[in-house]
Amino acid sequence: MLVLTIARLTVLEMLRRKLFLVLLGLTLLVVAFTSWGFGQITTIGTRPITRVEQVAVVSQLLILVGFMFSFTLAFSAVFAGAPSLSGDVESGTALAILARPISRAEFVLGKWLGVVITILVYALPTTAFQLFMVDRIVQYVPPHPLEFVGFIALEGTVALTLALALSTRLAGMVGGVVALILWGVAWIGGIVGGVGLALSNTTATHVGTATRLILPTDGMWRGAVWALEPEGIIAATRSAGAAVASNPFFAADPPDPLYLAWTIAWIAAGLGVAIWSFSRREV
Amino acid sequence: MTDAPAIVTRDLAKRYGSIQALAGLTMTIPRGAVFGFLGPNGAGKTTAVKLLLGLATPTSGSGEILGHPIGERASRRRVGYLPELFRYQGWLTAREVLALHCELAGIDHAAWQREIEDALAVVGLSDRGASRVGTFSKGMQQRLGLGVALLGSPEVVLLDEPTSALDPVGRHDVREIIRTLRERGVTVFLNSHLLSEVEQVCDRVIIVDHGKIIADGTLDELLRTDTVRLRVNDLPRDGVAQLASFGKITEEGEWLVVRAVDAERVPELVAAIVRMGGRVYAVEPKHESLEDRFLRLLEGS
Repeated sequence: MLVLTIARLTVLEMLRRKLFLVLLGLTLLVVAFTSWGFGQITTIGTRPITRVEQVAVVSQLLILVGFMFSFTLAFSAVFAGAPSLSGDVESGTALAILARPISRAEFVLGKWLGVVITILVYALPTTAFQLFMVDRIVQYVPPHPLEFVGFIALEGTVALTLALALSTRLAGMVGGVVALILWGVAWIGGIVGGVGLALSNTTATHVGTATRLILPTDGMWRGAVWALEPEGIIAATRSAGAAVASNPFFAADPPDPLYLAWTIAWIAAGLGVAIWSFSRREV
Repeated sequence: MTDAPAIVTRDLAKRYGSIQALAGLTMTIPRGAVFGFLGPNGAGKTTAVKLLLGLATPTSGSGEILGHPIGERASRRRVGYLPELFRYQGWLTAREVLALHCELAGIDHAAWQREIEDALAVVGLSDRGASRVGTFSKGMQQRLGLGVALLGSPEVVLLDEPTSALDPVGRHDVREIIRTLRERGVTVFLNSHLLSEVEQVCDRVIIVDHGKIIADGTLDELLRTDTVRLRVNDLPRDGVAQLASFGKITEEGEWLVVRAVDAERVPELVAAIVRMGGRVYAVEPKHESLEDRFLRLLEGS
Protein backbone atom coordinates (compact mmCIF):
# COMPACT_ATOMS: atom_id res chain seq x y z
CA MET A 1 0.00 0.00 0.00
CA LEU A 2 2.84 2.40 0.74
CA VAL A 3 3.93 1.94 -2.90
CA LEU A 4 0.66 3.59 -3.89
CA THR A 5 1.19 6.34 -1.29
CA ILE A 6 4.55 7.25 -2.83
CA ALA A 7 3.16 6.89 -6.37
CA ARG A 8 0.31 9.28 -5.56
CA LEU A 9 2.78 11.73 -4.02
CA THR A 10 4.95 11.54 -7.15
CA VAL A 11 2.03 12.17 -9.52
CA LEU A 12 0.89 15.08 -7.35
CA GLU A 13 4.40 16.52 -7.46
CA MET A 14 4.46 16.33 -11.27
CA LEU A 15 1.08 18.03 -11.51
CA ARG A 16 1.74 20.74 -8.95
CA ARG A 17 5.16 21.58 -10.30
CA LYS A 18 3.38 22.47 -13.56
CA LEU A 19 6.05 20.82 -15.75
CA PHE A 20 3.50 18.23 -16.79
CA LEU A 21 0.86 20.79 -17.65
CA VAL A 22 3.33 22.88 -19.65
CA LEU A 23 4.43 19.77 -21.57
CA LEU A 24 0.84 18.77 -22.22
CA GLY A 25 -0.06 22.26 -23.39
CA LEU A 26 2.91 22.49 -25.76
CA THR A 27 2.23 19.03 -27.17
CA LEU A 28 -1.41 19.85 -27.86
CA LEU A 29 -0.23 22.99 -29.64
CA VAL A 30 2.10 20.89 -31.81
CA VAL A 31 -0.73 18.43 -32.52
CA ALA A 32 -3.00 21.28 -33.64
CA PHE A 33 -0.24 22.77 -35.79
CA THR A 34 0.73 19.47 -37.48
CA SER A 35 -2.93 18.56 -38.03
CA TRP A 36 -3.44 21.87 -39.82
CA GLY A 37 -0.33 21.03 -41.88
CA PHE A 38 -1.75 17.64 -42.91
CA GLY A 39 -4.85 19.44 -44.18
CA GLN A 40 -2.69 21.59 -46.47
CA ILE A 41 -1.38 18.60 -48.45
CA THR A 42 -3.90 18.76 -51.28
CA THR A 43 -1.73 19.10 -54.38
CA ILE A 44 1.48 17.81 -55.89
CA GLY A 45 2.84 20.60 -58.02
CA THR A 46 -0.24 22.00 -59.66
CA ARG A 47 -2.35 18.86 -59.87
CA PRO A 48 -4.58 17.61 -57.08
CA ILE A 49 -3.13 14.79 -54.96
CA THR A 50 -4.64 11.33 -55.42
CA ARG A 51 -5.91 9.35 -52.43
CA VAL A 52 -3.09 6.79 -52.74
CA GLU A 53 -0.49 9.55 -52.80
CA GLN A 54 -2.12 11.33 -49.89
CA VAL A 55 -2.07 8.16 -47.74
CA ALA A 56 1.59 7.59 -48.64
CA VAL A 57 2.62 11.16 -47.74
CA VAL A 58 0.47 11.44 -44.62
CA SER A 59 1.62 8.05 -43.29
CA GLN A 60 5.28 9.00 -43.63
CA LEU A 61 4.74 12.45 -42.12
CA LEU A 62 2.86 10.80 -39.26
CA ILE A 63 5.91 8.63 -38.59
CA LEU A 64 8.01 11.79 -38.26
CA VAL A 65 5.42 13.26 -35.86
CA GLY A 66 5.51 9.91 -34.03
CA PHE A 67 9.26 10.37 -33.66
CA MET A 68 8.60 13.72 -32.03
CA PHE A 69 6.31 11.95 -29.55
CA SER A 70 8.91 9.26 -29.00
CA PHE A 71 11.64 11.84 -28.36
CA THR A 72 9.49 14.07 -26.13
CA LEU A 73 8.33 11.07 -24.14
CA ALA A 74 11.84 9.69 -23.68
CA PHE A 75 13.12 13.16 -22.79
CA SER A 76 10.32 13.73 -20.26
CA ALA A 77 10.71 10.26 -18.78
CA VAL A 78 14.45 10.80 -18.34
CA PHE A 79 14.13 14.23 -16.77
CA ALA A 80 11.26 13.14 -14.54
CA GLY A 81 13.05 9.95 -13.49
CA ALA A 82 16.60 11.21 -13.10
CA PRO A 83 16.03 13.54 -10.11
CA SER A 84 13.22 11.50 -8.55
CA LEU A 85 15.40 9.71 -5.98
CA SER A 86 18.60 11.77 -5.96
CA GLY A 87 16.60 15.01 -5.64
CA ASP A 88 14.80 13.76 -2.54
CA VAL A 89 18.07 12.61 -0.99
CA GLU A 90 19.91 15.84 -1.81
CA SER A 91 17.12 18.12 -0.59
CA GLY A 92 16.57 16.09 2.58
CA THR A 93 12.88 15.31 1.98
CA ALA A 94 13.79 11.60 1.87
CA LEU A 95 14.99 11.70 5.50
CA ALA A 96 11.60 12.14 7.12
CA ILE A 97 9.93 9.65 4.75
CA LEU A 98 12.52 6.87 4.99
CA ALA A 99 12.56 7.16 8.80
CA ARG A 100 8.98 5.86 8.67
CA PRO A 101 8.19 2.13 8.53
CA ILE A 102 8.59 1.99 4.76
CA SER A 103 11.10 -0.17 2.89
CA ARG A 104 13.48 1.23 0.32
CA ALA A 105 11.89 -1.12 -2.25
CA GLU A 106 8.45 0.39 -1.60
CA PHE A 107 9.89 3.88 -1.99
CA VAL A 108 11.62 3.10 -5.30
CA LEU A 109 8.61 1.19 -6.71
CA GLY A 110 6.30 4.03 -5.68
CA LYS A 111 8.49 6.60 -7.43
CA TRP A 112 8.68 4.44 -10.57
CA LEU A 113 4.95 3.81 -10.63
CA GLY A 114 4.22 7.52 -10.13
CA VAL A 115 6.36 8.57 -13.08
CA VAL A 116 4.99 5.72 -15.27
CA ILE A 117 1.44 6.86 -14.51
CA THR A 118 2.39 10.44 -15.38
CA ILE A 119 3.97 9.31 -18.66
CA LEU A 120 0.87 7.31 -19.59
CA VAL A 121 -1.42 10.20 -18.65
CA TYR A 122 0.69 12.34 -20.99
CA ALA A 123 1.20 9.85 -23.83
CA LEU A 124 -2.28 8.34 -24.14
CA PRO A 125 -4.41 11.48 -24.64
CA THR A 126 -1.86 13.36 -26.73
CA THR A 127 -1.18 10.52 -29.19
CA ALA A 128 -4.88 9.64 -29.32
CA PHE A 129 -5.67 13.28 -30.03
CA GLN A 130 -3.03 13.39 -32.80
CA LEU A 131 -4.44 10.28 -34.50
CA PHE A 132 -7.99 11.56 -34.06
CA MET A 133 -7.14 14.91 -35.67
CA VAL A 134 -5.40 13.26 -38.64
CA ASP A 135 -8.43 11.02 -39.12
CA ARG A 136 -10.76 14.04 -39.00
CA ILE A 137 -8.72 16.13 -41.42
CA VAL A 138 -7.48 13.62 -44.00
CA GLN A 139 -9.55 10.53 -43.10
CA TYR A 140 -6.48 8.41 -42.44
CA VAL A 141 -6.03 5.97 -39.55
CA PRO A 142 -2.69 4.11 -39.30
CA PRO A 143 -2.94 0.31 -39.37
CA HIS A 144 -2.06 -0.35 -35.67
CA PRO A 145 -2.85 2.78 -33.57
CA LEU A 146 -3.07 0.97 -30.22
CA GLU A 147 0.22 -0.82 -30.81
CA PHE A 148 1.81 2.54 -31.66
CA VAL A 149 0.78 3.98 -28.29
CA GLY A 150 1.89 0.80 -26.53
CA PHE A 151 5.34 0.79 -28.13
CA ILE A 152 6.14 4.42 -27.39
CA ALA A 153 4.82 4.02 -23.82
CA LEU A 154 7.16 1.03 -23.43
CA GLU A 155 10.02 3.06 -24.87
CA GLY A 156 9.32 5.81 -22.34
CA THR A 157 9.12 3.26 -19.52
CA VAL A 158 12.52 1.79 -20.48
CA ALA A 159 14.04 5.31 -20.53
CA LEU A 160 12.44 6.12 -17.18
CA THR A 161 13.68 2.89 -15.58
CA LEU A 162 17.20 3.62 -16.78
CA ALA A 163 17.03 7.18 -15.40
CA LEU A 164 15.61 5.98 -12.08
CA ALA A 165 18.35 3.38 -11.68
CA LEU A 166 20.98 6.07 -12.37
CA SER A 167 19.16 8.36 -9.92
CA THR A 168 19.97 6.00 -7.05
CA ARG A 169 23.62 7.04 -7.28
CA LEU A 170 23.99 10.08 -9.54
CA ALA A 171 22.81 13.67 -9.10
CA GLY A 172 19.67 14.50 -11.11
CA MET A 173 21.32 16.50 -13.88
CA VAL A 174 24.18 14.00 -14.33
CA GLY A 175 21.83 11.01 -14.37
CA GLY A 176 19.53 12.76 -16.86
CA VAL A 177 22.34 13.60 -19.27
CA VAL A 178 23.81 10.08 -19.04
CA ALA A 179 20.40 8.49 -19.67
CA LEU A 180 19.73 10.76 -22.64
CA ILE A 181 23.13 10.02 -24.17
CA LEU A 182 22.48 6.28 -23.76
CA TRP A 183 19.07 6.73 -25.43
CA GLY A 184 20.81 8.46 -28.35
CA VAL A 185 23.51 5.77 -28.51
CA ALA A 186 20.79 3.09 -28.65
CA TRP A 187 19.09 4.94 -31.53
CA ILE A 188 22.38 5.22 -33.45
CA GLY A 189 23.14 1.59 -32.57
CA GLY A 190 19.85 0.61 -34.20
CA ILE A 191 20.82 2.50 -37.36
CA VAL A 192 24.28 0.88 -37.37
CA GLY A 193 22.59 -2.52 -37.08
CA GLY A 194 20.35 -1.63 -40.06
CA VAL A 195 23.33 -0.50 -42.10
CA GLY A 196 25.03 -3.78 -41.19
CA LEU A 197 22.03 -5.69 -42.57
CA ALA A 198 21.96 -3.57 -45.72
CA LEU A 199 25.67 -4.11 -46.36
CA SER A 200 25.77 -7.68 -45.02
CA ASN A 201 28.37 -6.51 -42.49
CA THR A 202 28.31 -8.96 -39.58
CA THR A 203 30.15 -6.67 -37.12
CA ALA A 204 27.79 -3.74 -37.68
CA THR A 205 24.80 -6.07 -37.44
CA HIS A 206 26.09 -7.44 -34.13
CA VAL A 207 26.62 -3.89 -32.82
CA GLY A 208 22.98 -3.15 -33.62
CA THR A 209 21.78 -6.34 -31.96
CA ALA A 210 23.90 -5.67 -28.87
CA THR A 211 22.67 -2.09 -28.43
CA ARG A 212 19.04 -3.20 -28.88
CA LEU A 213 19.54 -5.78 -26.15
CA ILE A 214 21.48 -3.49 -23.81
CA LEU A 215 18.91 -0.70 -24.09
CA PRO A 216 15.66 -1.64 -25.89
CA THR A 217 14.47 1.93 -26.55
CA ASP A 218 15.27 1.85 -30.27
CA GLY A 219 13.68 -1.60 -30.56
CA MET A 220 10.44 -0.15 -29.20
CA TRP A 221 10.71 2.85 -31.54
CA ARG A 222 10.95 0.45 -34.48
CA GLY A 223 7.78 -1.21 -33.19
CA ALA A 224 6.06 2.19 -33.15
CA VAL A 225 7.21 2.82 -36.74
CA TRP A 226 5.84 -0.55 -37.85
CA ALA A 227 2.51 0.29 -36.19
CA LEU A 228 2.22 3.46 -38.33
CA GLU A 229 3.40 1.95 -41.60
CA PRO A 230 0.61 1.13 -44.16
CA GLU A 231 0.71 -2.35 -45.74
CA GLY A 232 1.10 -0.80 -49.22
CA ILE A 233 4.24 1.08 -48.21
CA ILE A 234 5.69 -2.00 -46.52
CA ALA A 235 5.09 -4.11 -49.62
CA ALA A 236 6.54 -1.47 -51.93
CA THR A 237 9.59 -0.90 -49.73
CA ARG A 238 10.34 -4.60 -49.26
CA SER A 239 10.97 -4.83 -52.97
CA ALA A 240 13.86 -2.42 -52.52
CA GLY A 241 15.75 -5.24 -50.75
CA ALA A 242 17.91 -5.24 -47.60
CA ALA A 243 18.99 -1.60 -48.06
CA VAL A 244 15.80 -0.31 -46.42
CA ALA A 245 16.89 -1.76 -43.09
CA SER A 246 19.22 1.21 -42.65
CA ASN A 247 16.29 3.66 -42.59
CA PRO A 248 15.45 4.46 -38.93
CA PHE A 249 11.97 5.60 -39.98
CA PHE A 250 10.96 2.31 -41.58
CA ALA A 251 10.12 -1.09 -40.08
CA ALA A 252 8.61 -3.89 -42.10
CA ASP A 253 7.88 -6.17 -39.13
CA PRO A 254 6.79 -5.76 -35.52
CA PRO A 255 9.32 -6.67 -32.81
CA ASP A 256 9.57 -10.39 -32.15
CA PRO A 257 7.45 -11.52 -29.15
CA LEU A 258 10.66 -12.81 -27.61
CA TYR A 259 12.17 -9.33 -27.92
CA LEU A 260 9.06 -7.86 -26.30
CA ALA A 261 9.49 -10.33 -23.44
CA TRP A 262 13.14 -9.27 -23.22
CA THR A 263 12.05 -5.62 -22.97
CA ILE A 264 9.63 -6.40 -20.14
CA ALA A 265 12.36 -8.43 -18.40
CA TRP A 266 14.78 -5.52 -18.95
CA ILE A 267 12.38 -3.14 -17.18
CA ALA A 268 11.96 -5.61 -14.29
CA ALA A 269 15.73 -6.08 -14.04
CA GLY A 270 16.31 -2.31 -14.18
CA LEU A 271 13.86 -1.85 -11.33
CA GLY A 272 15.60 -4.62 -9.41
CA VAL A 273 18.95 -2.88 -9.86
CA ALA A 274 17.42 0.44 -8.76
CA ILE A 275 15.97 -1.16 -5.60
CA TRP A 276 19.22 -2.99 -4.83
CA SER A 277 21.28 0.15 -5.34
CA PHE A 278 18.99 2.47 -3.36
CA SER A 279 18.70 -0.02 -0.50
CA ARG A 280 22.45 0.34 -0.03
CA ARG A 281 22.50 4.10 -0.35
CA GLU A 282 22.93 6.12 2.81
CA VAL A 283 20.69 9.15 3.03
CA MET B 1 9.35 -6.58 23.66
CA THR B 2 7.16 -4.13 25.56
CA ASP B 3 9.60 -3.99 28.48
CA ALA B 4 12.61 -3.44 26.24
CA PRO B 5 14.52 -0.19 26.77
CA ALA B 6 13.73 2.64 24.39
CA ILE B 7 17.15 2.52 22.72
CA VAL B 8 20.08 0.15 23.08
CA THR B 9 23.34 0.27 21.15
CA ARG B 10 26.36 -2.01 21.41
CA ASP B 11 29.66 -0.83 19.97
CA LEU B 12 27.80 0.94 17.19
CA ALA B 13 30.39 2.30 14.78
CA LYS B 14 30.40 4.07 11.45
CA ARG B 15 33.33 4.81 9.21
CA TYR B 16 33.21 6.92 6.02
CA GLY B 17 36.44 6.12 4.19
CA SER B 18 39.23 7.25 6.47
CA ILE B 19 36.91 9.19 8.79
CA GLN B 20 35.61 7.47 11.90
CA ALA B 21 32.24 9.21 12.29
CA LEU B 22 31.17 7.10 15.26
CA ALA B 23 33.50 4.86 17.25
CA GLY B 24 31.78 2.17 19.30
CA LEU B 25 28.71 3.83 20.83
CA THR B 26 27.35 1.71 23.66
CA MET B 27 24.34 3.03 25.55
CA THR B 28 21.02 2.00 27.03
CA ILE B 29 18.28 4.59 27.21
CA PRO B 30 15.36 3.64 29.43
CA ARG B 31 11.82 4.50 28.53
CA GLY B 32 10.46 7.84 29.59
CA ALA B 33 13.79 9.66 29.83
CA VAL B 34 14.75 12.87 28.12
CA PHE B 35 18.18 12.08 26.87
CA GLY B 36 20.66 14.67 25.66
CA PHE B 37 23.23 13.69 23.07
CA LEU B 38 25.84 16.40 23.11
CA GLY B 39 28.92 17.13 21.14
CA PRO B 40 30.63 19.72 18.97
CA ASN B 41 29.97 19.90 15.22
CA GLY B 42 31.23 16.76 13.51
CA ALA B 43 31.25 14.72 16.73
CA GLY B 44 29.04 11.98 15.26
CA LYS B 45 25.66 13.00 16.70
CA THR B 46 23.68 13.03 13.45
CA THR B 47 25.47 9.87 12.29
CA ALA B 48 24.27 8.11 15.44
CA VAL B 49 20.66 9.19 14.80
CA LYS B 50 20.83 8.07 11.16
CA LEU B 51 22.17 4.67 12.23
CA LEU B 52 19.35 4.31 14.76
CA LEU B 53 16.76 5.02 12.04
CA GLY B 54 18.29 2.81 9.36
CA LEU B 55 19.09 5.82 7.18
CA ALA B 56 22.74 4.73 7.26
CA THR B 57 24.24 1.29 7.81
CA PRO B 58 26.66 0.71 10.69
CA THR B 59 30.18 -0.44 9.87
CA SER B 60 30.03 -2.62 12.98
CA GLY B 61 28.02 -3.05 16.15
CA SER B 62 24.29 -3.38 16.67
CA GLY B 63 21.35 -1.68 18.29
CA GLU B 64 17.65 -1.85 19.01
CA ILE B 65 14.78 0.58 19.27
CA LEU B 66 11.94 -0.62 21.49
CA GLY B 67 13.38 -4.13 21.23
CA HIS B 68 13.54 -4.25 17.43
CA PRO B 69 16.93 -4.38 15.66
CA ILE B 70 17.77 -1.07 14.02
CA GLY B 71 17.33 -1.09 10.26
CA GLU B 72 14.22 -3.30 10.48
CA ARG B 73 10.91 -1.72 9.55
CA ALA B 74 9.41 -2.62 12.98
CA SER B 75 12.05 -0.51 14.75
CA ARG B 76 10.62 2.64 13.11
CA ARG B 77 6.95 1.90 13.78
CA ARG B 78 6.61 3.86 17.04
CA VAL B 79 9.25 6.48 16.40
CA GLY B 80 8.96 10.18 15.56
CA TYR B 81 11.89 11.98 13.96
CA LEU B 82 12.79 15.58 13.24
CA PRO B 83 15.87 15.62 10.98
CA GLU B 84 18.58 18.23 11.33
CA LEU B 85 18.11 18.88 7.59
CA PHE B 86 14.35 19.41 7.77
CA ARG B 87 12.79 19.68 4.32
CA TYR B 88 9.22 18.88 3.47
CA GLN B 89 7.43 18.83 0.14
CA GLY B 90 7.07 22.50 -0.79
CA TRP B 91 4.21 21.76 -3.20
CA LEU B 92 2.07 20.27 -0.40
CA THR B 93 0.17 22.18 2.26
CA ALA B 94 1.12 21.68 5.91
CA ARG B 95 -2.00 19.56 6.42
CA GLU B 96 -1.12 17.43 3.38
CA VAL B 97 2.41 16.84 4.70
CA LEU B 98 0.96 15.73 8.04
CA ALA B 99 -1.61 13.50 6.26
CA LEU B 100 1.20 11.92 4.23
CA HIS B 101 3.06 11.07 7.43
CA CYS B 102 -0.12 9.77 9.07
CA GLU B 103 -0.37 7.36 6.13
CA LEU B 104 3.32 6.42 6.24
CA ALA B 105 3.16 5.87 10.01
CA GLY B 106 0.18 3.53 9.60
CA ILE B 107 -2.17 5.67 11.70
CA ASP B 108 -5.83 4.67 11.47
CA HIS B 109 -7.51 6.91 8.88
CA ALA B 110 -10.32 7.81 11.29
CA ALA B 111 -7.77 9.45 13.60
CA TRP B 112 -5.97 11.52 10.95
CA GLN B 113 -8.06 14.65 11.33
CA ARG B 114 -7.56 14.81 15.09
CA GLU B 115 -3.85 13.92 14.82
CA ILE B 116 -3.26 16.62 12.20
CA GLU B 117 -5.14 19.36 14.05
CA ASP B 118 -3.46 18.43 17.36
CA ALA B 119 -0.01 18.51 15.75
CA LEU B 120 -0.68 21.89 14.13
CA ALA B 121 -1.95 23.30 17.44
CA VAL B 122 1.01 21.99 19.46
CA VAL B 123 3.57 23.58 17.11
CA GLY B 124 1.59 26.79 16.66
CA LEU B 125 0.68 26.40 12.98
CA SER B 126 -3.11 26.01 13.22
CA ASP B 127 -3.68 29.13 11.13
CA ARG B 128 -1.23 28.00 8.40
CA GLY B 129 -2.45 24.44 7.88
CA ALA B 130 -3.80 25.23 4.41
CA SER B 131 -0.65 27.07 3.24
CA ARG B 132 1.87 25.50 0.90
CA VAL B 133 5.05 24.50 2.75
CA GLY B 134 7.04 26.26 0.04
CA THR B 135 5.81 29.57 1.46
CA PHE B 136 7.02 28.77 5.00
CA SER B 137 10.04 30.35 6.69
CA LYS B 138 12.76 28.00 7.96
CA GLY B 139 11.44 28.34 11.49
CA MET B 140 7.92 27.42 10.39
CA GLN B 141 9.25 24.42 8.48
CA GLN B 142 11.08 23.29 11.61
CA ARG B 143 7.87 23.67 13.61
CA LEU B 144 6.07 21.60 10.98
CA GLY B 145 8.83 18.97 11.23
CA LEU B 146 8.28 18.81 14.96
CA GLY B 147 4.55 18.33 14.34
CA VAL B 148 5.36 15.51 11.91
CA ALA B 149 7.55 13.87 14.58
CA LEU B 150 4.73 13.98 17.14
CA LEU B 151 2.09 12.27 14.96
CA GLY B 152 0.60 9.01 16.18
CA SER B 153 1.76 9.25 19.81
CA PRO B 154 5.25 7.83 19.24
CA GLU B 155 7.02 6.05 22.10
CA VAL B 156 10.41 7.40 21.07
CA VAL B 157 11.03 10.85 19.57
CA LEU B 158 14.41 11.66 18.04
CA LEU B 159 15.01 15.38 17.66
CA ASP B 160 18.13 16.39 15.77
CA GLU B 161 18.96 20.01 16.59
CA PRO B 162 15.24 20.83 16.95
CA THR B 163 15.64 24.56 17.59
CA SER B 164 18.34 25.46 15.08
CA ALA B 165 15.99 27.72 13.08
CA LEU B 166 13.75 28.93 15.89
CA ASP B 167 13.52 32.29 17.64
CA PRO B 168 13.57 32.46 21.48
CA VAL B 169 9.80 31.99 21.67
CA GLY B 170 10.05 28.94 19.45
CA ARG B 171 12.86 27.52 21.59
CA HIS B 172 10.78 27.98 24.71
CA ASP B 173 7.85 26.23 22.99
CA VAL B 174 10.06 23.28 22.06
CA ARG B 175 11.25 22.94 25.66
CA GLU B 176 7.63 22.91 26.81
CA ILE B 177 6.77 20.27 24.21
CA ILE B 178 9.67 18.11 25.40
CA ARG B 179 8.53 18.45 29.03
CA THR B 180 4.98 17.45 28.01
CA LEU B 181 6.37 14.41 26.19
CA ARG B 182 8.28 13.39 29.33
CA GLU B 183 5.09 13.68 31.38
CA ARG B 184 3.41 11.32 28.91
CA GLY B 185 6.25 8.81 29.32
CA VAL B 186 7.68 9.37 25.84
CA THR B 187 11.42 8.87 25.46
CA VAL B 188 13.06 11.89 23.88
CA PHE B 189 16.49 11.65 22.29
CA LEU B 190 17.65 15.23 21.94
CA ASN B 191 20.60 15.76 19.67
CA SER B 192 22.01 19.20 20.26
CA HIS B 193 25.00 21.41 20.74
CA LEU B 194 22.92 24.05 22.53
CA LEU B 195 24.00 23.37 26.09
CA SER B 196 21.48 25.59 27.85
CA GLU B 197 18.69 23.78 26.03
CA VAL B 198 20.00 20.40 27.13
CA GLU B 199 20.62 21.59 30.66
CA GLN B 200 17.01 22.73 31.01
CA VAL B 201 15.20 19.63 29.81
CA CYS B 202 17.44 16.55 29.90
CA ASP B 203 17.54 13.88 32.59
CA ARG B 204 20.68 12.27 31.27
CA VAL B 205 23.44 13.29 28.93
CA ILE B 206 26.04 11.60 26.78
CA ILE B 207 28.82 13.79 25.44
CA VAL B 208 30.60 12.62 22.30
CA ASP B 209 33.61 13.95 20.50
CA HIS B 210 35.39 12.55 17.45
CA GLY B 211 32.89 9.69 17.45
CA LYS B 212 33.65 8.58 21.02
CA ILE B 213 31.76 8.94 24.30
CA ILE B 214 33.73 11.21 26.60
CA ALA B 215 31.14 11.54 29.39
CA ASP B 216 27.90 9.80 30.33
CA GLY B 217 25.59 10.34 33.26
CA THR B 218 22.79 12.34 34.82
CA LEU B 219 23.28 16.09 34.82
CA ASP B 220 23.84 15.96 38.57
CA GLU B 221 26.55 13.33 38.16
CA LEU B 222 28.23 15.20 35.36
CA LEU B 223 28.15 18.64 36.91
CA ARG B 224 28.74 17.76 40.53
CA THR B 225 32.09 18.89 41.92
CA ASP B 226 33.90 18.28 45.19
CA THR B 227 33.23 21.87 46.22
CA VAL B 228 30.68 23.03 48.82
CA ARG B 229 29.51 26.58 49.56
CA LEU B 230 28.30 27.54 53.04
CA ARG B 231 26.71 30.84 54.09
CA VAL B 232 28.05 31.37 57.57
CA ASN B 233 27.88 34.21 60.12
CA ASP B 234 29.63 34.71 63.46
CA LEU B 235 32.60 32.46 62.69
CA PRO B 236 35.56 33.28 65.03
CA ARG B 237 38.64 34.95 63.51
CA ASP B 238 40.70 31.75 63.49
CA GLY B 239 37.70 29.67 62.42
CA VAL B 240 38.80 29.22 58.82
CA ALA B 241 42.24 27.99 59.96
CA GLN B 242 40.61 25.47 62.30
CA LEU B 243 38.59 24.04 59.37
CA ALA B 244 41.64 23.50 57.14
CA SER B 245 41.51 19.72 57.56
CA PHE B 246 38.22 19.58 55.61
CA GLY B 247 39.65 21.03 52.38
CA LYS B 248 40.97 24.16 50.76
CA ILE B 249 38.87 27.04 52.11
CA THR B 250 38.39 30.51 50.70
CA GLU B 251 36.06 33.29 51.87
CA GLU B 252 33.81 34.94 49.29
CA GLY B 253 31.84 37.60 51.23
CA GLU B 254 29.63 35.80 53.71
CA TRP B 255 30.19 32.52 51.84
CA LEU B 256 32.84 29.97 52.69
CA VAL B 257 33.90 27.93 49.66
CA VAL B 258 35.41 24.57 50.60
CA ARG B 259 37.16 22.78 47.72
CA ALA B 260 38.32 19.15 47.59
CA VAL B 261 35.97 18.23 50.40
CA ASP B 262 34.88 14.62 50.94
CA ALA B 263 31.08 14.61 50.55
CA GLU B 264 30.79 12.25 53.55
CA ARG B 265 32.48 14.84 55.80
CA VAL B 266 30.11 17.74 54.97
CA PRO B 267 27.85 17.11 58.06
CA GLU B 268 30.99 16.98 60.19
CA LEU B 269 32.12 20.30 58.67
CA VAL B 270 28.79 21.94 59.53
CA ALA B 271 28.96 20.55 63.08
CA ALA B 272 32.49 21.95 63.54
CA ILE B 273 31.35 25.43 62.40
CA VAL B 274 28.40 25.32 64.82
CA ARG B 275 30.68 24.19 67.69
CA MET B 276 32.84 27.26 67.07
CA GLY B 277 29.74 29.48 67.42
CA GLY B 278 29.18 29.96 63.72
CA ARG B 279 25.61 30.21 62.37
CA VAL B 280 25.01 28.23 59.16
CA TYR B 281 22.24 29.59 56.89
CA ALA B 282 22.89 27.57 53.75
CA VAL B 283 24.93 24.61 52.54
CA GLU B 284 24.97 23.87 48.82
CA PRO B 285 27.09 21.72 46.55
CA LYS B 286 28.71 23.84 43.91
CA HIS B 287 27.86 22.65 40.39
CA GLU B 288 29.83 23.38 37.30
CA SER B 289 27.87 24.86 34.44
CA LEU B 290 27.33 22.38 31.62
CA GLU B 291 29.27 24.69 29.35
CA ASP B 292 32.32 24.69 31.65
CA ARG B 293 32.15 20.92 32.03
CA PHE B 294 31.67 20.44 28.29
CA LEU B 295 34.64 22.62 27.40
CA ARG B 296 36.83 20.94 30.01
CA LEU B 297 35.89 17.50 28.65
CA LEU B 298 36.62 18.54 25.08
CA GLU B 299 40.02 19.91 26.10
CA GLY B 300 40.84 16.59 27.72
CA SER B 301 39.53 14.37 24.93
